[in-house]
Amino acid sequence: MIMKKLLLFAVFLLAASVTYAGGYRVSAQGQRALAMGHTGVAVVNSAELAFFNPAGLVYLENDLNISAGVTGVMSNVKWQNNNTGQFSETDNPIGTPFYFYASYRVTDFLSVGLSAYSPYGSVVEYPTDWAGSHLVNKIDLQAIYIQPLISIKISEYFSIGGGPIYATGGVNFNKNVNRTLTDEQGNRSNVEVDASNVTNWGWSASWMFNPTENLRIGFNYRSEIILEAEDGEAVFSNVPNSPLSPIKNGEVGFDASLPMPAELSVGLSYEFCDKWLFAFDYNRAYWEVYTNLNIDFAPDDVPDSSNPRNYKNASTYRFGLQYEALDELTLRAGYYFDESPVREGYFAPETPRNDSHGFTGGLSYQISKRFAVDLAVTYLRFKEVGASYDYYMEDGTSVPFGGTYKSNALLGGLGVTFNL
Amino acid sequence: MKNYIKYTAILALSLVACEPEFDESIEDDQVYNQGEANFENYVAVGNSLTAGYADNALYVQGQKNSFPNILAQQFKHVGGGDFKQPLMNGNLGGLLLNGTQIAGNRLTLSLVNGMPAPTPIAGTPTTEITNTLTGSFNNMGVPGAKSFHLIAPGYGNAIGVPSGMANPYFARFRSSENATVLEDAVAQNPTFFSLWIGNNDVLGYAAAGGAGVNQQGNLDPSTYGSNDITDVNVFASVYSQEVDALTASASGGVVLNIPNVTSTPYFNTVPYNPLTPTLLGEQLPTLNATYAQLNQAFAFLGVPERAIQFSTSGASGLVIHDESLTDLSAQLTQVLIGGGFDPQTAAIYGAQYGQARQANANDLLVLTSSSVIGTVNMDRIAELMAVGVPEQTAGQLAVNGVTYPMQDQYVLLPSEQEDVATATAVFNQIIKGVAAQKGLAFVDANVLLDRVATSGINYDGGTITSEFATGGAFSLDGIHLTPRGYAFMANQIINSINTTYNSTIPKVNIGYYSGGPAIGE
Repeated sequence: MIMKKLLLFAVFLLAASVTYAGGYRVSAQGQRALAMGHTGVAVVNSAELAFFNPAGLVYLENDLNISAGVTGVMSNVKWQNNNTGQFSETDNPIGTPFYFYASYRVTDFLSVGLSAYSPYGSVVEYPTDWAGSHLVNKIDLQAIYIQPLISIKISEYFSIGGGPIYATGGVNFNKNVNRTLTDEQGNRSNVEVDASNVTNWGWSASWMFNPTENLRIGFNYRSEIILEAEDGEAVFSNVPNSPLSPIKNGEVGFDASLPMPAELSVGLSYEFCDKWLFAFDYNRAYWEVYTNLNIDFAPDDVPDSSNPRNYKNASTYRFGLQYEALDELTLRAGYYFDESPVREGYFAPETPRNDSHGFTGGLSYQISKRFAVDLAVTYLRFKEVGASYDYYMEDGTSVPFGGTYKSNALLGGLGVTFNL
Repeated sequence: MKNYIKYTAILALSLVACEPEFDESIEDDQVYNQGEANFENYVAVGNSLTAGYADNALYVQGQKNSFPNILAQQFKHVGGGDFKQPLMNGNLGGLLLNGTQIAGNRLTLSLVNGMPAPTPIAGTPTTEITNTLTGSFNNMGVPGAKSFHLIAPGYGNAIGVPSGMANPYFARFRSSENATVLEDAVAQNPTFFSLWIGNNDVLGYAAAGGAGVNQQGNLDPSTYGSNDITDVNVFASVYSQEVDALTASASGGVVLNIPNVTSTPYFNTVPYNPLTPTLLGEQLPTLNATYAQLNQAFAFLGVPERAIQFSTSGASGLVIHDESLTDLSAQLTQVLIGGGFDPQTAAIYGAQYGQARQANANDLLVLTSSSVIGTVNMDRIAELMAVGVPEQTAGQLAVNGVTYPMQDQYVLLPSEQEDVATATAVFNQIIKGVAAQKGLAFVDANVLLDRVATSGINYDGGTITSEFATGGAFSLDGIHLTPRGYAFMANQIINSINTTYNSTIPKVNIGYYSGGPAIGE
């Protein structure tokens, strides 16, 4: 019987497909959720609720719940252009989104919590001076959210939760000045912009509804946070030393802003056959706020860099399944379909995201009564896509950068859960 | 538990190894086809255009952007091998022979008196031609080489460089003192070759304003000067010999013909009539008054068309020396004496203007004349003072193009243009004939560069034209191409190869190659 169920589980695992979200959102905010296709807005089983639905914290069995983990994100992008024979691929360092969640029941109807997590981040590194180096050589951006929370039980059926978010982030972005400018030795003229410790505030709010013993419905909304880098540091290098050059080598200040879009989640979970749980989440990410990556260099005579993005709002559909195989072992699998926020003609190599399918799996092993280890693995598959970015301008002429892209990503995560 | 961790680790590792793969990968050679040619060992033979010469010098960046190197990178998609070039020491340009500089540094655009002007970059070159490189080189482009030089023994012997018997660039990488360029090329057993030669057989003459000799009928090239036009039969003979030798081992090849020198900015940038009332200033009435006396003499001698007069409202033609005119020095002197000039002045005027006239739209001023026009010719002052002319008067008579006629080397006269055009056309017939006979790919560089000059060529970032410095096709010497210009030629060569050999070699995007002049301090 157990074998049969395991087999069923394996079939679901195979059928499952993608968990990374579009743009520079990285969905890895809990190993238990990630193993189930990053569902969780209506799943009550650990402090991961602090991210997915703070309203649910108050329904946790234990008084003190802690979940923490880190995920290794290995992503690869290959690009080629059949007209010219150019090809390249990224050599990305491993990204490491992390999370720490804690909740404590103060009274029967009130829990408080604290969370720290990194929902946005991206490290994309192409070989320096590659064919698209006028758009990006390397980008490394990360935002960390820190959030105190409360969770209030209105009744056995309904709760609300939420709290303010303190966001801190930074970005490092390196690109060549244009397609051809070099110094006298032929070294490509380059600019690197760097801003760190940029902060701002936001909030999240949620509710959970439990109409029956087996069914939960959840809703969570996280506000948009715009990280505005003021007086960052931009360094120009390998620019020809000439009075005829519009830019000079050296450091200048710049202003730029990078939006962390709002995200709405709604979903349900259903327990069945005693040991099984099915979960579905729908996410809507409000990427429309990301219209342009403008870099406004402080000196007036240095031309500003305008990089239209014009993202659109995008949806993600997530499915997860959990099976309590043994008393101490829980198996999970999931699938998600992640819509890209990138419009046609805006496919920039710095976030080369087309629609993707995420296939996830994982397990929890209860080492002791209080302590469990959580593992999750995700394989993210992108279709081979012909795409271009058409808004790079050269002397007033649009010069598209296009070709064929093929990407994938693998996430391996390790977490711990502690209950008291 | 341990087992679970182990299996998870194995699963993770197997997925890491699973890189994204294209259905048809360029990197894995699944996209392009070599057709009927073999690009394994490509050897390029030619002159400065093959070497990657630009901005009046040979330097590493220019060599990296030579059309053969661009081609070789694209050939790698269809089985092409490494492409070795005899790289210079860095990006300064210039050459040393036993420590003495014998070639100028590369030009960059710099501010001179507030105006951008091509200027040699500062520094001492470090490329010593007697330090002969070892090994064979796929790029056998030798700046300055004419058709017959490729088969001249000793052309790479540094001893012959000062006398012009040998070529400093070839001296750097010839296999032995007596080796010929062709021998060194053929010894590499090329599977594919390019040959672009013959330009200097006419260009030397043209660039020197026709100061050399048109050698038609002289079958001994060892007697030619560097500014002469090669005899047609000599050209035909050596060209066939070269193609025969290269085709011996090669599966195929491409040949390019000779552009019209007149489609280059070198001959189209300096106007024949740069003299304006503003430029001449207060001198204008005096100049016209003086020339009026001379014009009477011209009229008297029956050559009123030689009259010189500067417009008080618009642009006027330069005063030039036209050696195709009958030399009327003696007659002019006599007439001026008759008109009341003292004999010495009359003799000087007679000599100076005996073959002079004002330039018209049919005359082509070479690029190098721009730095000479309107300046005082110190040599001429010295000459005049030597025969007793006072310094001030000598100075007045020595203003280039205004009082002192522009000399032969600065002006390509219509008759000289015709010599060049005729020779170019005949050489091109020979090249096309040989290409057809051998079944080689052929690129009509003549038509292509004319198109650049007339309509321009569109690319993804704009249009390249033959406008000097800003057009994008020609480098700051006005004759050699920019990286973008060379990339354009490489694409045309690929077109022709693909058609001839049924291959599918991808072309480059010329927008990735610099068309702008390098800018300096």
